Amino acid sequence: MGAESYPDDLRYHPEHDWARIEGDTATLGITWYGQDALGELVHYEPPDVGATLTKDGAYGEVESVKAVSDLIAPLSGEVLEVNQKVVDAPETVNEDPYGDGWLIRIRIADPAEAEGLMDASAYQAHLETL
Amino acid sequence: MSFLSLTDADRNEMLATIGVSSVDELFRDIPDGVRFQGSLDLEPPLSELELTAHLEELAARNVHTGAELSFLGAGVYDHFVPAVVDAVLQRGEFLTAYTPYQPEMSQGVLQTIFEYQTAICELTGMDVSNASGYDGTTVAADACFIAKHATGRTKVVLCEAVNPQARQVVKTYAPGFGLEVVEVPHRGGTTDPDELAAAAVDAACVIFQQPNFFGCLEPAPDLAAAAREAEALAVAHVDPVSLGVLEAPGAYGCSIAIGEGQGAGNFQSFGGPHYGFVAARSEFTRRMPGRIVGETTDTQGRRGFVLTLQTREQHIRREKATSNITTNQTLLALAGLVYLTWLGPQGLREVGEACMALAGHAKERLAAAGIEPLFPDRPTFKEFAVGLGRSAREVVRDARARGVHPGYALGRDYEGMDDALLVAVTEKRTPADVERLAEVLAEVGR
Repeated sequence: MGAESYPDDLRYHPEHDWARIEGDTATLGITWYGQDALGELVHYEPPDVGATLTKDGAYGEVESVKAVSDLIAPLSGEVLEVNQKVVDAPETVNEDPYGDGWLIRIRIADPAEAEGLMDASAYQAHLETL
Repeated sequence: MSFLSLTDADRNEMLATIGVSSVDELFRDIPDGVRFQGSLDLEPPLSELELTAHLEELAARNVHTGAELSFLGAGVYDHFVPAVVDAVLQRGEFLTAYTPYQPEMSQGVLQTIFEYQTAICELTGMDVSNASGYDGTTVAADACFIAKHATGRTKVVLCEAVNPQARQVVKTYAPGFGLEVVEVPHRGGTTDPDELAAAAVDAACVIFQQPNFFGCLEPAPDLAAAAREAEALAVAHVDPVSLGVLEAPGAYGCSIAIGEGQGAGNFQSFGGPHYGFVAARSEFTRRMPGRIVGETTDTQGRRGFVLTLQTREQHIRREKATSNITTNQTLLALAGLVYLTWLGPQGLREVGEACMALAGHAKERLAAAGIEPLFPDRPTFKEFAVGLGRSAREVVRDARARGVHPGYALGRDYEGMDDALLVAVTEKRTPADVERLAEVLAEVGR
């Protein structure tokens, strides 16, 4: 497992999900804090490609040896791609939550929603309150 | 626990231990205004001798299939339970260990559950079984829940020829699960695959029963195909005792097999408790309700057993659990395992063949006595419906007065079937028993 980090180029949702926004698409995943709280992941239940995500709604599940947790969408959109590597080896999320451990790629429905997300320093301040 | 001491000295010791002076003082927190004043209008206490005599008198009013001739079934059957079943169940390690709260400490219990799951999978042709469910009705609701999550759809289709109690339990849970229930009527005793296919459009699952509640054999492979055509899960509610002679649901395209386990190894016990089973294809492993035991190896490479996939159970996942209606019936499921193991595939086939032969004989004998089958062109297994010349409930009452329980009055559950009687014939009945049934029904049934 890598060291704790919260990259500056990502936007964060309070439920420990991140979004890397690139034009009208975004890559989504869970934060270092999220994977650390869950422990080693053993199962990833992704949405279907083409499914619709609603901001703040559940789009899939990750399961560790101690809990099953809903994945919360930081943005609304349509699923373009699912990371098959994480389906096959869920622990990839623990090893590299912001790189190989990404979960899905979406087409963003409403770019204005990104303004409601936190930057890295605001998210870290949020973690301090937990 | 057959004897508890309760002398004045015992009472005083308990009161002294908790620091109160009298039993009355225990209730002092209840305001006088709402407390019952005076003494209760109850019979005086009985001595142990009087009480024993009273209870024996009450118990003697019960009837049982060892004393009276019974053709009652309708989901709960009088199959023979070999003595080995009780011999294993009454071992203290099993009888007292209701649920292993420190599961891995109880390797013996976990191993029996694992072997039970294996037996259910082999019997149903499925990949994964849970540790058992509450009974044959709650597992139907569990199957709907699996299907809802697997398909994202909210409609469930029930064949009307599924046990009415199972359908009622599904309907009871449906509003809480956000499910819409659609029922498909029977046509002459069985379900029409085309009609089922039409109802299955946009459905999460289709539940049919084989043999169905009327004892008739459904065109099960066609019903499963109708469900699959609509991309709904095919769920078969099956009788484990039938699976020595009938095809396993896994062999004709079902996604889930459920059923009531009572007939395999458990007594009728006045209608319960019994156990239900749920088995499914491996793709639904993470949607399985309740607990599952898995096989593993310990740090020294020895074979061992663990509770697995617990993160989806209600004590961890609460309202998002795969099921909030499970308990498992470990002891009764163990009875099922001992029964199935004792009989083996050959023994189970012989029981099934004996039931079919005797039930076939009974159907013919009753027809000869003027009691005709209700669905004459439908093959049956161990149970069949007959048409009477008068109300089946009245016939049941009159036959009971003659010491025979002739069957189940279908008018209790099905409109317009007041004159229909459902007759179950297990391997415990004899040709002489069938003769007696024919005599009595010829007298009171026409």
